[in-house]
Amino acid sequence: MAHDAQAAALPPLRQVVEDFASDKQAFQVPWGKAMMWIFLLSDTFIFTCFLTGYMNVRLSTMDTWPNPSEVFALHLFGQDIPLILIAIMTFVLITSSGTMALAVNYGYRRDRQKTVLLLTATAALGATFVGMQAFEWTKLIMEGVRPWGNPWGAPQFGSAFFMITGFHGCHVTAGVIYLLVTARRVGSGFYDRKGSYETVEVAGLYWHFVDLVWVFIFAFFYLW
Amino acid sequence: MSQSEGQQQHPLTIYLWIWLLLFVLSACSYAVDYFHLEGMLRWTLIIIFMVLKAGLIVAIFMHMAWERLALKFAILLPPLCLLVLIGFMAIEGDYTFITRGAAFVR
Repeated sequence: MAHDAQAAALPPLRQVVEDFASDKQAFQVPWGKAMMWIFLLSDTFIFTCFLTGYMNVRLSTMDTWPNPSEVFALHLFGQDIPLILIAIMTFVLITSSGTMALAVNYGYRRDRQKTVLLLTATAALGATFVGMQAFEWTKLIMEGVRPWGNPWGAPQFGSAFFMITGFHGCHVTAGVIYLLVTARRVGSGFYDRKGSYETVEVAGLYWHFVDLVWVFIFAFFYLW
Repeated sequence: MSQSEGQQQHPLTIYLWIWLLLFVLSACSYAVDYFHLEGMLRWTLIIIFMVLKAGLIVAIFMHMAWERLALKFAILLPPLCLLVLIGFMAIEGDYTFITRGAAFVR
């Protein structure tokens, strides 16, 4: 009751804030983790919009859709191996997800050295992924793929490809920077002084999400 | 905050098993393409492997399986409304295709 009387005396905007906050904690997790989850939720909507847009143009085009199995084949050891680059990229990203999960685990064990090592490995694998993506983009651009056309069929292929993989690649790049910053802070003992390694887990959430999005891109864009 | 820490402390073996499983599932998805499976079989397998991989990542690697129900609801339920968008856009895409066929192809 005392709280109500106090709230009534506040300016209207503050009242709105008080009402919505109402001094209750909805999620029994550190705020950083809750906010990261909510950010990832919004990111889910963005990526779903991209993939839905891709579905829509692929359904409605009158031209044949280029066969990703052939477009992304590489000529290795004297033969064309279908989709091999994408398969390697998938394995690189899954490996990085594994090292990230271990980094979070060692963080909670307060094993600074292993945490830094695993975070750096995760970032290195992420950078490898981006490098391979740059190679893939270069190869396709040299072959004449543009956002408005390509030599094999439906012109929408290029725009969907550059938009979706480009946006995902930006997420990976941002993630690599994020992980390196976190690794540096772990190394300097920042989280020991703070008394909490939750931040490493929150960084892990972001990284696993990037891997998660790739699972969907791999299924719908490359395999479908 | 300190009491909640350690909640997400799980044995390493869980992560290693899930990691291995993700590798196997990825290999399976790649095999679908490598062996040129076509039609309904291809699409079904792609979706199954995709859902399994996504589920394992969210539940185990992102620790969602051990979070409280309030957080699960807040994060996992809203994306369901995207199914409406996907449904509408699928119908619209088919409609556009048919319209184009009727208007431009003689």
